Amino acid sequence: MRRLAQHALFWPSATLALLLLVNAAFNPSFLAISWRDGHLYGNLIDILNRAAPLMIVSLGMTLVIAIRGLDISVGAVVAIAAAVAALLVGGGFSADGTAASEYPLWFALGAALLAATVCGLWNGVLVVKAGMQPIVATLILMVAGRGVAQLLTGGQIITVYYPPYYVLGSGFLLGVPVALWIAVLLWAVLQWLATRTALGLFIRAIGGNPDAARVAGVRAADIALCVYTFCGLAAGLAGLIISSNVKSADANSAGQLLELDAILAVTLGGTALTGGRFSLAGTVLGALIIQTLTATIYSLGVPPEVNLVVKAALVFAVMLLQSAEFRALLKRTLRPGAGAA
Amino acid sequence: MNPGAIVLEARGISRAFPGVQALAGVDLTLRAGEVHALMGQNGAGKSTLIKVLTGLCAPDAGTIKLLNSEVSLHSPQQAQRLGISAVHQESHLLPNLSVAENICAGRYPRRKWLGGIDWPETRRRARELLGRLGIDVDVTQLAGGLSAAVQQLATVARAVAGDARVLILDEPTSSLDADEVQALFRLIRTLRDQGVAILFVTHFLDQVYEVCDRITVLRNGRLVGEYACGKLDARGLVAAMVGRELVEAHKPATHAPAADETPAVLAARGLARRGALEAMDVEMKAGEVLGLAGLLGSGRTELARLLFALDRRDGGEILIDDRAVRLEEPADALRLGLAFCPEDRKQDGIVAELSVRENIVLALQARSGLWKFLARAEQRALADRMVAALGIKTAGIESPIGQLSGGNQQKAIIARWLATQPRVLILDEPTRGVDVAAKQELMAEVLKLAAAGTAVLFISAEIEEVVRVSDRILVLRDRAKAGELPGDAGEDAVYSLIAGGMTAGDA
Amino acid sequence: MRRPLLPLAITVALFVAMAIFGGVRYQGFLSLQVFLNLLIDNAFLCVVAVGMTFVILSGGIDLSVGAVIALTTMISAALLHAGWNAWAVMATVLAIGAAFGAVQGFLIQRFGLAPFIVTLAGMFLARGCCYLISTESIPISDATYTAIAQARIPVGFDASLTVGAVIALAVVLGGMRIAHATEFGRTVYAIGGGESAARLMGLPVAATRIRVYLLSGCMAALAGVVMTFYMLSGYSLHAVGLELDAIAAVVIGGTLLAGGVGYVAGTLFGVLILGIIQTLIAFDGTLSSWWTRIVVGVLLLLFCLLQRLFEARTRSKA
Repeated sequence: MRRLAQHALFWPSATLALLLLVNAAFNPSFLAISWRDGHLYGNLIDILNRAAPLMIVSLGMTLVIAIRGLDISVGAVVAIAAAVAALLVGGGFSADGTAASEYPLWFALGAALLAATVCGLWNGVLVVKAGMQPIVATLILMVAGRGVAQLLTGGQIITVYYPPYYVLGSGFLLGVPVALWIAVLLWAVLQWLATRTALGLFIRAIGGNPDAARVAGVRAADIALCVYTFCGLAAGLAGLIISSNVKSADANSAGQLLELDAILAVTLGGTALTGGRFSLAGTVLGALIIQTLTATIYSLGVPPEVNLVVKAALVFAVMLLQSAEFRALLKRTLRPGAGAA
Repeated sequence: MNPGAIVLEARGISRAFPGVQALAGVDLTLRAGEVHALMGQNGAGKSTLIKVLTGLCAPDAGTIKLLNSEVSLHSPQQAQRLGISAVHQESHLLPNLSVAENICAGRYPRRKWLGGIDWPETRRRARELLGRLGIDVDVTQLAGGLSAAVQQLATVARAVAGDARVLILDEPTSSLDADEVQALFRLIRTLRDQGVAILFVTHFLDQVYEVCDRITVLRNGRLVGEYACGKLDARGLVAAMVGRELVEAHKPATHAPAADETPAVLAARGLARRGALEAMDVEMKAGEVLGLAGLLGSGRTELARLLFALDRRDGGEILIDDRAVRLEEPADALRLGLAFCPEDRKQDGIVAELSVRENIVLALQARSGLWKFLARAEQRALADRMVAALGIKTAGIESPIGQLSGGNQQKAIIARWLATQPRVLILDEPTRGVDVAAKQELMAEVLKLAAAGTAVLFISAEIEEVVRVSDRILVLRDRAKAGELPGDAGEDAVYSLIAGGMTAGDA
Repeated sequence: MRRPLLPLAITVALFVAMAIFGGVRYQGFLSLQVFLNLLIDNAFLCVVAVGMTFVILSGGIDLSVGAVIALTTMISAALLHAGWNAWAVMATVLAIGAAFGAVQGFLIQRFGLAPFIVTLAGMFLARGCCYLISTESIPISDATYTAIAQARIPVGFDASLTVGAVIALAVVLGGMRIAHATEFGRTVYAIGGGESAARLMGLPVAATRIRVYLLSGCMAALAGVVMTFYMLSGYSLHAVGLELDAIAAVVIGGTLLAGGVGYVAGTLFGVLILGIIQTLIAFDGTLSSWWTRIVVGVLLLLFCLLQRLFEARTRSKA
């Protein structure tokens, strides 16, 4: 049991399991999954679908945090991507009354992803070439990015009526939500890169000691640039899913507080903010925990305002458990006289 | 305070860390008006003992008596209040504050009026203190603008500013040149005459005999003995530290330096960097040990960093096998067959959280690139081989490298570069902070490499060491090339080359 | 010019340049009241930014300040409705803010937690508590508060300041003295310069760090009181994103985010610059409000690049 408890993924999994149990206790049909309208249906499916954008952003954030960086602009990038896509698709109708898109859908989505990638590259250039601290560099885009998104949408909320646009956020493939497919695919690709190529080792070296990694010949600058660019791309992808889900682009509120949720998901999953060791699976669990928490609060009939307080308590709990000093204190109190830790 | 009276008495000090017993029943006696040396190999327990005495670390067992009353030290602040001051190896000033402020921080003089800090008085006190110690520096200058050596002296000044009874100096001379060492020794003697008990930790044997009165030797966490300097000669001291007699490594008689006609593997022409190095030419031949000698600040490390492209060069070009190459960052150098073992292993060498295995394969993997990932089994085999070859003391190749002692970490870094089978190996102070026995092992390994055909650049502050192992010696002075000498030139020739060019007006 | 003063000089120069630009371009820009309004409208930002300056100087960050401001307005409104005396309310919320900050500081110091995450959780907690008190806005009609809100202190030339603006100025002056002339202030700089070196020097790093966050929490509460005068209501959505504005003001004011270098006076000018941007846009009349965000972003970029250039040049000289 002790060995199991020491596994890196133990605490995130236990927390998630606990949340699900609490849900099931109050609402027996919570864990029920059925097949309806040609796809899987149920609360759990809902949670997975809604958690997908957060999972995607958090995966990108994991790598950034692992190299001792931070990207607090992802919310703004979500807004920019949503704005670009919605703008290019437009809320227009064609002559016969059916909703149409101004530009081909692939073009609109591609342009949005390109814009997001450029944002990520911008952050990377500031951090790597200009040598800025990551918080500062991404703070700039966080502040200015929403302004840019609002500029694109002219301060309005653009509603999209073109049905193919909704596939990303609400569509299903083989019964499973499309968004979930994308998230899992992304996770699989990253996991493969981290374990079957030297990427994992390089990232852990850069995060552990950037100077030493550079002396050892690791191309730290190139890797950092790629990581930030990818984070932007991930945020763009999430932005498209979110926008598709709400069938619109709201530059003001799209992705609001998303960066905080993403950092929380990464930390819950066991990746330390100080960089080095990281866990992709942990991040996915962390995103699920956050989404399940929101769902739990809703289904329990507790006022949604409690959500923030519970998130705060969760963050404190996880942070304290991750702290070596706290664990030492706990050991000393639970087992007095057991000798120096 | 009567000279010779016991000021600090530590008895039976023991301290364990996960996996290692750092100290076991160690005694130490410090007397007023005495300079007491603490010596031992890497991993002997010196740093741990210092941490216990300064309140950074609590002992598992043992007592400490200060002026005959027992004390329990639980913080550096408390230790300082009791009169135990320390200048640690990593001690440095706060770069963003002025020198005056660094000296008086925590003990500012106050204005009578509203209780605010009296800045003019602060500056006056600092000036007076530094003047008394013979250190000439502008106290209003930010400490970050001073050279490391001057910062060191100011740190010592701060330590004694508060009427210390016990002064602990942990390897204070590692970054000082000969003049600065003498200035420090003058200061130490002054303090000694004032009745301070001084504990002096160092690796330099000649410095011990120059300024110390007694020596305590530790080995593997245990006390070997306390000796008076006059009663123990250098050979005996080394034997006590190591536990056996040593034979010095010399170039084997059969080793022949490269002939003049051998083409240069690496040739640098007009290599320069603004503010760091004047334009100079350097040539390295296969199978040859090129020694780099010079005083502190002469540009040794700067040259090494330029050759390895760690710093950007402002002028000149580097040719490998007579061909101009792209050499803009360390990754390029690695690809061209260069290797660089840096001076500061903690800062530029190890990645503490990664395992010994991962640290060793890092450079090799960096050269292979992202996609050609070495299989686990191959990595393990390589790491095992290196650990055996260099005698690295570790609990296993999977343990985090941060748990190893300094000397073993150094060996692991060298192993990392050896794994890449380099054509050119640059070693910047590879034996610094490494104990005597390990030093010999490392030097023997280096000579073996040269014999196998690697071009080696050997940098060391110990000129005697450079002269002993080099085939050719490049001498630097004030960031420029002073000249080149053949390997058998002798220390005097090196020193006169360094001194040469200085007229009476310069001294 | 002494090196650390150069960023401050640049900030002041920028402010002056913007003022001149406004004066040349728009009628009535160069009036005293317009400039005093910069301080009046941003008094709460100024107060909270001074607290943030100390936190950033120590190498940390406090993301909870906006939420604490909102919480302060909420608690004030709720207590006033319950019939509490105005001064008792003010004293209470200041104490709550200080305690909030101190707890964050304690967690950061004692358990080695990252300030970013702890204050992030603090932000969630404070805003959550706001929502728990009420999701709607609670108006304030207490006599003392309305009197203070309407009070105007004349400064001559037909111009006047509000109580909030005076508080802001007092906080700036107090901050300057603390930073320059007290042991606490100098220890904050020391921690920013090198925590381990400061600890080895025997400076009270642990106590100082906790006090820095206590100060920040207290300033956030004070800013909340000032905002209560300004808005005369308690609302959970007050000061959303204000922590970012505070950080921007501190950075534009010349303080390095890495810590150890910076001046409180610089933060005052950082706040004034943020204010003057909004005033310029308002005077223009044709630009939409989101241009503020873009301009602030660009300014941040320029200042950060300047800081980098600065650091690079000092490093090559050393």
